[in-house]
Amino acid sequence: MSRHSRAQLDRRVVLSGVLFGSGIAASMIDLFIFHLALQWHHFYDLSTTEVALTADGFFHAFGWFITIWGLFLLADLRRRTAVPWRRWGGAVITGVGFFQLLDGVVSHKVLGIHQIRYGVDLLLYDAIWIGSGLVLLFVGLFMLRRARSHDVAV
Amino acid sequence: MDAAHHPMGPHDAGPSVGPAMTGMEWIALDVVVVLLLGVGALGYALGLWAARGRSLWPLRRTLLWYAGIGCAVAGVLGPVAQAAHTSFTAHMLGHLLLGMIAPLLMVLGAPITLTMRALPTVAARRVSRILRSAGVRGLTHPMVAATLNAGGLWLLYTTELFQLMHASAAVYALVHLHLFAAGYLFTASVIGPDPDPHRASMRVRSAVLVLFIAAHSVLAKWLYAHPPQGVEPADGRAGAQLMYYGGDVVDITLIVLLFAGWYAATRPRTSRVPQVSPFHQHETRGAERD
Repeated sequence: MSRHSRAQLDRRVVLSGVLFGSGIAASMIDLFIFHLALQWHHFYDLSTTEVALTADGFFHAFGWFITIWGLFLLADLRRRTAVPWRRWGGAVITGVGFFQLLDGVVSHKVLGIHQIRYGVDLLLYDAIWIGSGLVLLFVGLFMLRRARSHDVAV
Repeated sequence: MDAAHHPMGPHDAGPSVGPAMTGMEWIALDVVVVLLLGVGALGYALGLWAARGRSLWPLRRTLLWYAGIGCAVAGVLGPVAQAAHTSFTAHMLGHLLLGMIAPLLMVLGAPITLTMRALPTVAARRVSRILRSAGVRGLTHPMVAATLNAGGLWLLYTTELFQLMHASAAVYALVHLHLFAAGYLFTASVIGPDPDPHRASMRVRSAVLVLFIAAHSVLAKWLYAHPPQGVEPADGRAGAQLMYYGGDVVDITLIVLLFAGWYAATRPRTSRVPQVSPFHQHETRGAERD
């Protein structure tokens, strides 16, 4: 493999962060905080259509796949260059926000895979979920902009 | 898929187990299992002995192989297998051991590589020719292997096959043989350290692995809602969750091993890091190196 240009390495930093961020939002935050700690969601609420069940399976598979992909890309970057951690961190937050937004709109509302919590008025929960996704997305994008590619050392 | 949409009355407690459970055919089944796994255990030992004059065989490969044999034994003989005739959760534990964990460990034992080292050159060339043949090439394509693997599971849990299996030792044997063989083929096609002359690209292997994980988790959630006929709902739910989370642990390991192969194969060549690090004794992992 040839030497990577600065732009290629920078793209890889952003890709790694976004993949890892979306991945942990999909695979770990949901599982550990909402399923296991708070027990707001359940394993399967038995009300899901087959289309939504299939979509859920893909979300699940992709979640773990991109988490690990993001981490291996990071390991690869570390052996090639000094990783610009702020830019990577910005990309991670962008990823978390992006997935949170996607999850809140597509899987909770459009597909109805599951809801955030059961037996409560959902409007407030949905507003906070989607709102926090937007906030994270903008914070992440802002961090990415501030830590532009100039600090990638090749 | 609608075969399992059925009323689950309280009279359906426990899978419909045939009265011949302790009959001759079930004893014969156990004997066949012991023989097959015995051949696996002895064959590997024989390979180690025959190749003793060659370079050192990594100890971890030997340990992984025998750990795999141990998991396969635990999956089909002994208390788990006994309980599996009446408990769906135990059945699922047995399947996890035989269909996912044992194949993963045994694939990492690299038995084909060991065979090639153990055999004289002419015979090793013959094995290599077989590996390059069209039949083996087709079977070891990740998409084919994944279809055999996940497809077999779908057939087992969404048709009458599950009841048939508990009534006939022959069907039981075939189902379990398929489960192990398909699990092995799939694992080998995606992350196998053994030589694979037609290893699919990283992209294809990644896509197939994601598809397989999705299919596995969809089936587990579907089973949670629709346990096979004769399985109590609570038992069905526990078994389905074991399938889901147990499958996850193995699947995540597969993803890590897939990327570990990529990581080793894409080592930067301009750096001063030696090409073959003593810490990464990875065998050829195919396409990415080319």
